[in-house]
Amino acid sequence: MHELPFVESILKITLEHAERAGAKRVTALYLVIGQMSSIVDDSVQFYWDILSKGTIAEGAKLHFQRIPAVYRCWDCGHTYELDGEHLACPRCGSVRVQLVQGDEFRLDSIEVE
Amino acid sequence: MTKKVPVVENILKANDQLAQSNRQVLDAHRTFAINFMASPGAGKTSVILRTIEALKDHYRLAGIDGDIATTIDADRIAATGIPAVQINTGGTCHLDAVMVSNALPQIDLDNTDVLIIENVGNLICPANFPLGVHLNVLVASVPEGADKPYKYPPMYRGVQALLLNKVDLLPYFDFDVDYFRKGVEALNPGLAFFPVSAKTGEGFDDWIAWLKGQIDAYLSTE
Repeated sequence: MHELPFVESILKITLEHAERAGAKRVTALYLVIGQMSSIVDDSVQFYWDILSKGTIAEGAKLHFQRIPAVYRCWDCGHTYELDGEHLACPRCGSVRVQLVQGDEFRLDSIEVE
Repeated sequence: MTKKVPVVENILKANDQLAQSNRQVLDAHRTFAINFMASPGAGKTSVILRTIEALKDHYRLAGIDGDIATTIDADRIAATGIPAVQINTGGTCHLDAVMVSNALPQIDLDNTDVLIIENVGNLICPANFPLGVHLNVLVASVPEGADKPYKYPPMYRGVQALLLNKVDLLPYFDFDVDYFRKGVEALNPGLAFFPVSAKTGEGFDDWIAWLKGQIDAYLSTE
């Protein structure tokens, strides 16, 4: 829902790293987004197209890598990927589980010329 | 010729960094800060007012209130006799670390033990914008229904205490408390849970006792 300020942040980080690398153009961005973080790819693309205009990152291709939600059971130690909406541990049925992966929202790398 | 440049930076880092800086400011003044969040109408302000009444003879309190419009809530808090600052967010649906960092200089932190921050009524967005407080509290309420933990996981995951308000209305609603608690446990095992009624006072003794424990533990550290 806040893809606009998020994209502002993505652009700022991108331009900082591109400048540090002495780049003339940014051709691609690799974003890592966890299953549980409520980011909509289409909205990110939409705002990116608008905000990157006129910068060296204009036209850069956005790559979205989705990371599945992984839980660890407090009671039996089993780790598992989220299956639909069913949160309980598939091995022992406990609901005392902890999200260990799936919350990410980061810019992993950029490609520059 | 293209080359790949590793970045590995979290996108919300600007807010997160400022939240850390807010926390440092609070710690430098030994001020324990609490962020109250909830849906609109869950009873955040009522819970806060009753909490203030229970705490104000033991600690020096101040309040920051966030709303998109009016000073209604800050006025109510100020009416208890404690200093209160209103942030009108200009339409933004949540408080963020920037807004809080701009409000902190308006509070006499040297003479404040506990800072109560009331977030904008919203069950989604505040969960994405840490403020730098010591304690995040969610006020759920019986009329909202027992399925809210399942439908709004980030908020339920992101808090250290959960109040279920308006329990005096349980006889009038089909609220499955077990289903609610199971949903909460799945997201946040061991979360401190307090069924209360801000209207009747039911359950407040346990909530205040727990809260005092948290505050005292903080204030007594070096």
